[in-house]
Amino acid sequence: MSSAPATVAPLRRAPELRRLVRRHGWTIGVYLLLFALILYWRSQTTLPWGPFDVQSLAIDALPLAFAACGQAIVVISGGIDLSIGSMMSLVNVVSARLMVDAGFEHALLISVLLVLAAALVGALTGLTIVVTKVADIIVTLAMLFVLGGAALWVLTIPGGGVPAHYASLITVDTVGTKWLPAAVLVLLGAVVLLWATVRRLRPGLALYAVGSKRSAAYLAGVNVPAARIAAYAYSGAFAALGGLALSAASGLGDPHSGDIYTLNSVAAVVLGGVSLLGGVGGLIGPIAAAFVLTLVKTILIIKGVDQNWAQVIQGTLIVLVVMIGGLAIRQKGKSGG
Amino acid sequence: MRPLPHLFMTEAVALLEARDLSKSYGPVQALLSADLVVAPGEVHALLGANGAGKSTLVKLLTGVIQGDEGTISVRGRELRVGSPARAARFGLAPVFQDPALVPDLTVAQNLRLTGADARAVAQRLAEMELDVDFTELTGDLPLPLLRMIDLARALAREPELLLLDEITAALPSDLAERVFAVMHERRERGRSVLFITHRLKEVIATCDRATILRDGTAVATIVPQEGGEERIVEYMLGPEAARAVGEAIERDAQVMGPRDADAPAALEVESVSIGHVQGVSFTLRPGEILGVAALEGQGQDELFDVLSGERTPDSGEIRVGGRAFKARHPYDAIRAGLVLVPADRLRALLPQRSVRENIASPRYNRFSRWGVINMREEGRRVRNAVESLQIDVRAGRQVRRLSGGNQQKVTIARWLASGFATLLCFDPTRGIDVGTKRQIYVLLRRLADDGGAILFFSSELAEFPLVCDRVLTVFGGRVTAELVGEAADEATLLRAMHGLVEDEAVA
Repeated sequence: MSSAPATVAPLRRAPELRRLVRRHGWTIGVYLLLFALILYWRSQTTLPWGPFDVQSLAIDALPLAFAACGQAIVVISGGIDLSIGSMMSLVNVVSARLMVDAGFEHALLISVLLVLAAALVGALTGLTIVVTKVADIIVTLAMLFVLGGAALWVLTIPGGGVPAHYASLITVDTVGTKWLPAAVLVLLGAVVLLWATVRRLRPGLALYAVGSKRSAAYLAGVNVPAARIAAYAYSGAFAALGGLALSAASGLGDPHSGDIYTLNSVAAVVLGGVSLLGGVGGLIGPIAAAFVLTLVKTILIIKGVDQNWAQVIQGTLIVLVVMIGGLAIRQKGKSGG
Repeated sequence: MRPLPHLFMTEAVALLEARDLSKSYGPVQALLSADLVVAPGEVHALLGANGAGKSTLVKLLTGVIQGDEGTISVRGRELRVGSPARAARFGLAPVFQDPALVPDLTVAQNLRLTGADARAVAQRLAEMELDVDFTELTGDLPLPLLRMIDLARALAREPELLLLDEITAALPSDLAERVFAVMHERRERGRSVLFITHRLKEVIATCDRATILRDGTAVATIVPQEGGEERIVEYMLGPEAARAVGEAIERDAQVMGPRDADAPAALEVESVSIGHVQGVSFTLRPGEILGVAALEGQGQDELFDVLSGERTPDSGEIRVGGRAFKARHPYDAIRAGLVLVPADRLRALLPQRSVRENIASPRYNRFSRWGVINMREEGRRVRNAVESLQIDVRAGRQVRRLSGGNQQKVTIARWLASGFATLLCFDPTRGIDVGTKRQIYVLLRRLADDGGAILFFSSELAEFPLVCDRVLTVFGGRVTAELVGEAADEATLLRAMHGLVEDEAVA
């Protein structure tokens, strides 16, 4: 019975720092984990280790980071998007086919159009969920098959290509410092442009509101269907960016290139401190989690662990980290009264 | 008395006029051509038993649901409500029992979400002498304060009509006073308030007129000061039902007498401490209803948590039927016969499942041999419980569709069906109408007469003398007085609950 304590007493104000840790402790923890893993990774390589390694990690992690961003926004709004992987594959093959003979500017234009088109497809997915009232997981699972089929229709076997200059968008050494990979800049640019600018405005808050407590949001006058549709539009846009990242990184279109990202994005979101119940979290945590997951895979390869075992270890790690984090939070809740 | 505004000539230029509103949920007709007229500058009460259609009417007015028939107009302009956001544009501002604040956003973000003017809201809160940190997550704030924030947000919009839906339920009396002050202030300024409550005293003290619903229809619009509570109750229940309930209570009052003090105790609590509770001791005997009266946050929550097995005490001893009781889980408490009826009904129920499953669910741990559920036995027990509690099961396929009073009956019925030794009732009548309340009082007495022991907490002081054999008052985590049931009138209780008496009267 957690009924309220006396209300007339002035509220106790937690010190700023403590509150910061309480609200963002998980995100801080994920970054500490990432930092620790990078140190460990460095200690494990016998070869010289430098900016090049950091850059290849960033390129490896970029598609998953984008997928995690899209998934995070949907999960924050109280849904789940299982179509992310297929959307990435589809954008990957479409871009590889369209860009194969295109110039750089042309390729950029195609990219923008593909992101918009994917956002539209995402919005349609959201609209279907809102109108039919069929559960998110079912509609997006159906979209997983629909988009996956479309990708195979566009390209049955790997092929196509992208202009060299386009690929170098994420592979080139950055001006200024070699330690800040271009892939990270692209990622941050996209997140700031698409998300950070709206997150604290009414539309962004509405996404949190519908995920946190849908009935209260509705009573407060939030347009619940619009917010949910927007979340899926976001997911489509970020999945498209992920698909384009795959094109740029591999220089190829592959109809199965996105397959692993559906579930990996969910893993990154959970590890990144977004509550699967909705309403809690951000994109900063899942991005770090995407790097952590990619780095774990890299380390396991360095250590010569068998691919199949690597999967088992990765899964176990996710469960352990989330479990330990959950225990820590519950413990804190108890002592805090 | 306060001057009545020009009530009876204002019908022509009504602020809000709802005509012939009807709404049905499947087979249940929640509203049947109900009318409601609110004049400018009046405080208007909307009353009715549970299931009479109050909540449905409020939801229609605020655009939460769509009606089947009827019209709603504001200042003569017909309004097709459609959504809460639209209702707000017509000058209707609702404040619900369950505040429209999103728990994972801060107070400031919640205000921004609805486009409310944060400075105006802060101003309103200051007027109500409330200190709120806008950077707190609303999920971290206590419910009564959230309601006040919601109220301040509604006021900041300067609404023509403020709709208060059971806002005073379980609100500490000092905060309730501030709500009443707001209602007066609205009236002074020519604005209107529609006030939905179960507390008839509040209606008589604060409202100019009252519309009473029964079975989905508005049966009367009256001036509450004329005729008092009994007249209102008669309208709410219909004349015959009111008489029947009254007689039942009288009859039971005669049976009520001193209990056999030598009977072995059903529950012994000895210097138990946890959280706010510091060394509380008492004994509860079979056939007895023991009241626990306390102000908000004096440790009653923790005490009930411990007894229902949700938490373990820091120190002290509990004996059930003479045997030491140590529960690590509600399951242990239930096996020992200590069962809980919480104030928040949905906390105890499976809202998506049927009445039958809800009542039978505690039994799924017990009598099924080899894991097979004996459907016939289950059906028989559930039917008996439903009949003896007179639960309206027309919407019984999903418990969430039942009215609040019926839901509370289901939480009691499940223990009736599965058997218990001690019933722990924590504010069991919160947000329940007068008629159902009385049925619950009668039922508790009957259960006690059948040998059950009942521990009873209520936020409504008037209930203690009606229900209890003895009453303990708790203040600052300690028992401050023990009163005989009949002697526990409001004045005595209040003094003891504020720690002003030390063991004045002993049973």
